[in-house]
Amino acid sequence: MSLRIVVTVKYVPDATGDRHFADDLTVDRDDVDGLLSELDEYAVEQALQIAEDADDAEITVLTVGPEDAKDALRKALSMGADKAIHVEDDDLHGTDAIGTSLVLAKAIEKAGYDLVISGMASTDGTMGVVPALLAERLGVPQVTLLSEVSVEDGVVKGRRDGDAASEQLEASLPAVVSVTDQSGEARYPSFKGIMAAKKKPVQSWDLSDLDLEAEEVGLEGAWTAVDSAAARPARTAGTIVKDEGEGGKQLAEFLAGQKFI
Amino acid sequence: MAEVLVYVDHVDGAVRKPTLELLTLARRVGEPVAVALGAGAADTAAALAEHGAVKVLTHDAAEYADYLVVPKVDALQAAVAAVSPAAVLIPSSAEGKEIAARLALRIGSGIITDAVDLEASDEGPVATQSVFAASFTTKSRVSKGTPVITVKPNSAAVEAAPAAGAVEALDVTFSAQATGTKVTGRTPRESTGRPELTEAAIVVSGGRGVNGAENFALIESLADSLGAAVGASRAAVDAGWYPHTNQVGQTGKSVSPQLYIASGISGAIQHRAGMQTSKTIVAINKDAEAPIFDLVDYGVVGDLFDVVPQLTEEIKVRKG
Ligand SMILES: Cc1cc2nc3c(=O)[nH]c(=O)nc-3n(C[C@H](O)[C@H](O)[C@H](O)COP(=O)(O)OP(=O)(O)OC[C@H]3O[C@@H](n4cnc5c(N)ncnc54)[C@H](O)[C@@H]3O)c2cc1C
Ligand SMILES: Cc1cc2nc3c(=O)[nH]c(=O)nc-3n(C[C@H](O)[C@H](O)[C@H](O)COP(=O)(O)OP(=O)(O)OC[C@H]3O[C@@H](n4cnc5c(N)ncnc54)[C@H](O)[C@@H]3O)c2cc1C
Repeated sequence: MSLRIVVTVKYVPDATGDRHFADDLTVDRDDVDGLLSELDEYAVEQALQIAEDADDAEITVLTVGPEDAKDALRKALSMGADKAIHVEDDDLHGTDAIGTSLVLAKAIEKAGYDLVISGMASTDGTMGVVPALLAERLGVPQVTLLSEVSVEDGVVKGRRDGDAASEQLEASLPAVVSVTDQSGEARYPSFKGIMAAKKKPVQSWDLSDLDLEAEEVGLEGAWTAVDSAAARPARTAGTIVKDEGEGGKQLAEFLAGQKFI
Repeated sequence: MAEVLVYVDHVDGAVRKPTLELLTLARRVGEPVAVALGAGAADTAAALAEHGAVKVLTHDAAEYADYLVVPKVDALQAAVAAVSPAAVLIPSSAEGKEIAARLALRIGSGIITDAVDLEASDEGPVATQSVFAASFTTKSRVSKGTPVITVKPNSAAVEAAPAAGAVEALDVTFSAQATGTKVTGRTPRESTGRPELTEAAIVVSGGRGVNGAENFALIESLADSLGAAVGASRAAVDAGWYPHTNQVGQTGKSVSPQLYIASGISGAIQHRAGMQTSKTIVAINKDAEAPIFDLVDYGVVGDLFDVVPQLTEEIKVRKG
């Protein structure tokens, strides 16, 4: 039987661009280029490796995001995923983490899955909570923050490097996995992959396709509220000296003046 | 006064510093009630009482060590049911955030992660977050349910505030999901004898400019002269020169020490994300144009192989 893998991928504003907030305190997505979150490339990569090791597997990439989020799906398809689902609806604007996990979980259930693979965190919200929320919603094991992952005979195993210890984890499928940027470099799309991606199917679903109501998501449905967002004041320009042989001593003098020595 | 649950991060009963910081913040919002789980849970009580916990709810079971995350969520859910708190505060570790998320969903509440400050308001606790690689500061609230908020290390001072700290056994029934993910092996991190990276008052980091694992001895000597923790950029970690547990940045640790010293680090946005909120920033880099110099209070343009040893020597001399 085919192993059905769903990879969740997020379309995010480029971290090297000038990211900022719109008037309604949501992320301004108009002025900064977007892309597939780099940390989700690792999830796509592990899905591809797991699929290569399985007799028969199918990889669906799933995103919840605006029109342009299709770019993230195209990138994942060009890396080698088989098909894509784009959940897009104007009412999704401003959805928080709890709401995003609701939409993703509904879409994952509708798509059908044995294994969900997510990134360790998005590069914009950086919460690192969606995979745990998906496991809770789907009622399946959470096998998260893996630096190493394998699937065999319906069992997922992996290594989780925590603060206090490195742990070996094991759970039966279906399960939700998330992988870190230590799990292995993601491949670049080949020219052939890019051409093939253009012909791969991308389905679009809106809230009604998922039996969700507008009130359950978006800014209105959010269980959190942002009251203000302010640019951090630029740090006051510091002293910069060129080392002419005494740089280390000058630095020590500064540190002593600041009472660090 | 309403009670506030504080999840205790401890190792066999030794309470880690971020939890004591949480107690400081919790006292602004209500009366702290601590929840300590697993081996040594009851041993946490004295330290928690010293810092303001009016009660310490404890529970030990093999499940906390043998299965991932969910048993702890079950316990916190039981604590929420028992106490009906005004908020739940959890240290912002990777695991802490996962516990917080599942708890929030179960109790029908919103969640805020990685707060760096917390204040009381008429509409409940207001959290300050430092976002987009610390280039913006936001203030947010949970607008539904019992606020679940995770707080980063070094967000508040540890304050002595003696309270009763009465130990009470927490009644926990594990859910069907509790045993879903088995921990089949555990290798504890070896202690380096240096301070914990996220908790240290001073962090000394090295990057690609350090140019080799063996050269990290220079960075370590400087760190030891200051009693500091050692950090590394991803370039240094990816090259295999220093362990990933010491990586500072977006996909490593986020640090906020009194003093951060970067040597041979260019200052990429993903590195800044993990250190930009440090109080005083110092850099040593041979490239005067390196972006790290935009952040510094003091910078030395020079070769780290000259500057770092001289600095270390001078510190030793001054300290006698
Ligand atoms: C600066 C900032 C701060 C925020 N703070 C909060 C907050 O405190 N509380 C709150 O509830 N919301 C918050 N949000 C909103 C929240 O980021 C979004 O709702 C988001 O979709 C989920 O959180 P995350 O991006 O942090 O995901 P993470 O939990 O970091 O993402 C982990 C993985 O989940 C998957 N994933 C996440 N989002 C999507 C998606 N849209 N489509 C497909 N896969 C996805 C990816 O595989 C990703 O790698 C914040 C947003 C921003 C930009
Ligand atoms: C999704 C994502 C996540 C990331 N997460 C992280 C993260 O968590 N942490 C992180 O650090 N990076 C992270 N990165 C990588 C980041 O973009 C940079 O590549 C990395 O920080 C560069 O490390 P560096 O400054 O040590 O190396 P470089 O950028 O190569 O800089 C080396 C510096 O050393 C200086 N130098 C060289 N020799 C000497 C000498 N002898 N004396 C003095 N100075 C010298 C050079 O002038 C240069 O400025 C991430 C990237 C991505 C895409």
